[in-house]
Amino acid sequence: MLPNIPELVIFLVLAVIAVAAALGMLASSNAIYSALFLVVNFGVVATFYLLLGAPFIAMAQVTVYAGAIMVLFLFVIMLLGAEQMKPTSHNLLWQKPLSIVLIILLLSISFYVVLGQGVSTGSDLMQNTSGYGSPSAIGTLLFQKYLFPFEATSILLLAAMVGAVVLTGVRKQRRRIRKSRRL
Amino acid sequence: MIGIVIEALIKSALIAFVLLTAFAYLTFAERKIAALMQVRKGPNRVGPWGLLQPAADGIKLIFKEEVMPAGADKVLFFLAPILTMIPAIVIVAVIPLGPDVELFGRTIRLGITDLNVGLLYILAIASVAVYGIVLAGWSSANKYALLGGLRASAQMISYEIALGLSIIGPIMLAGTLSLQGIVQAQQSSTWYVLWQPLGAMIFLIAGLAELNRAPFDMPEAEQELTAGYFTEYSGMKFSLFFMGEYIKMVAVSAIATTLFFGGYLGPFVDKLPWLGILYFAIKTVGFLFLMIWIRLTLPRLRYDQLMAFGWKVLLPLALFNVVITAVVIVFVG
Amino acid sequence: MAHEWIFIGIILLFGTIFAAVPLVVNTIVAPKKPNVLKNETYECGMETVGDTWIQFKVQYYIFSLVFVIFDVEIVFLFPWAVAYKQLPFFAVVEGVIFIVILAGGLLYAWRKGALDWV
Repeated sequence: MLPNIPELVIFLVLAVIAVAAALGMLASSNAIYSALFLVVNFGVVATFYLLLGAPFIAMAQVTVYAGAIMVLFLFVIMLLGAEQMKPTSHNLLWQKPLSIVLIILLLSISFYVVLGQGVSTGSDLMQNTSGYGSPSAIGTLLFQKYLFPFEATSILLLAAMVGAVVLTGVRKQRRRIRKSRRL
Repeated sequence: MIGIVIEALIKSALIAFVLLTAFAYLTFAERKIAALMQVRKGPNRVGPWGLLQPAADGIKLIFKEEVMPAGADKVLFFLAPILTMIPAIVIVAVIPLGPDVELFGRTIRLGITDLNVGLLYILAIASVAVYGIVLAGWSSANKYALLGGLRASAQMISYEIALGLSIIGPIMLAGTLSLQGIVQAQQSSTWYVLWQPLGAMIFLIAGLAELNRAPFDMPEAEQELTAGYFTEYSGMKFSLFFMGEYIKMVAVSAIATTLFFGGYLGPFVDKLPWLGILYFAIKTVGFLFLMIWIRLTLPRLRYDQLMAFGWKVLLPLALFNVVITAVVIVFVG
Repeated sequence: MAHEWIFIGIILLFGTIFAAVPLVVNTIVAPKKPNVLKNETYECGMETVGDTWIQFKVQYYIFSLVFVIFDVEIVFLFPWAVAYKQLPFFAVVEGVIFIVILAGGLLYAWRKGALDWV
């Protein structure tokens, strides 16, 4: 089956944007711009999910990643006053060669996978039955077949919340404030 | 394919035009209603009863000089008002204005489109709507603006949770995320405000907070922050922030109408589908009037009270509402 | 990709144009007479003191972290609510347990004072 031509064009344009945004994120010296490039990247990835016929995942990607998590990132950057990167005093001695080795490794693995299996047009992956990837189908699957991972997620989220509260040490800070008010 | 694109272009142009007009006359209505409630006259010089006032304001604003504050981040300063405006327009795309009609031999949906993940789409757009405000605050290089932007975004994310939880009730009752589906489900039962009074209330309150409107307009509190995140803005950029806010008001009213007040439903709609738009407009205008009325009645909350209300009252209530709805559906069926 | 999303793409394009055109028109027709005093940071007449982009209070960070967690919860609850009427009783109970666990997390943060704005 030949891939759908307009879809292919859209995919190629978006792929270029995604790679450009990723490069922009790495190259930008201002942390705020880096974060915004990452938002663009997440948005493009969401569109890829749409092209794959998974609107629910696409919207979840926008809500959770482009919305919630990136706002958290922006807050962290702004709260720390860490917008501008200061030139580092210590040089990255061994990290640079290591990164090159890792890049070569990653590229060779991806080439191996792509060449070994041939480029899939996606037709075997997409079951274009009605209701595939619909919210109701996801709900039924999530709460019947994948029940245990789902409940494990809730414990994970709980742990994240407890961790956040403990690590930021709100209590100590409040006690200090109370003490200073008394003085 | 070509037909769909043409249909989409025409509909988008129409919706954009309607929203622009709605924005213009909403500002006028707000000033006029505020004046009448305070026993003043309000705008009454430009045209009959001051009806041309919005046009005069628009022309004035477009010829205003734009000041680029020293030290501002120029790119983001320019981008921020655009990023505030886009979500406001895009979010209305999934709201149904009426049942399907036959036109030129095609079945046309009244409303831009209908997605099977419609409500999640609304949530997604609402969650990226924060960027315009937080970037406006940051890029201005002004302490008031930065503080206002941070406050606004912290407030928006706080109330977004209550907002998201309050729409789970209608989803459970209708069994779909499509807004058209939710309206049709209300046709066979009744308006969901009767089943979800608490949900509807939480939605309205959280919606107001999401809009940064009075009594939740802390981020732009004049007395302490001059104007919050748009302190440094002038000319058309300034008015884009206002446009964004008022168009979002229309959007929140329209979504509340759709989810809890039967959307376009009303007598004779199944025979005359175009009547749906009229009912829809009447209900939406009702909500807009309510929002203006609330602004003129209630004083502003303090910021710590506002955050405490969102997290300690509204969020537990919304969670409680979801659980209660689940239990009631199981036992009543 | 279903054709409904073409509509979304086009209104996105429209929204961008709709927002950008007034700004472009404004930059063309508006007068430009900048001067040093006019471009100063506006603080009601006072000269601005110190840097704007400094360290802020950690409270904003905690709220946005708790927000991320609840946002994920909402995204998980949406498919649950959609499929609600087709699910067996036991899956319904699981959903409620999910809500209760996260409400427990909220209670913990509340008791620890993380939700107080100080």
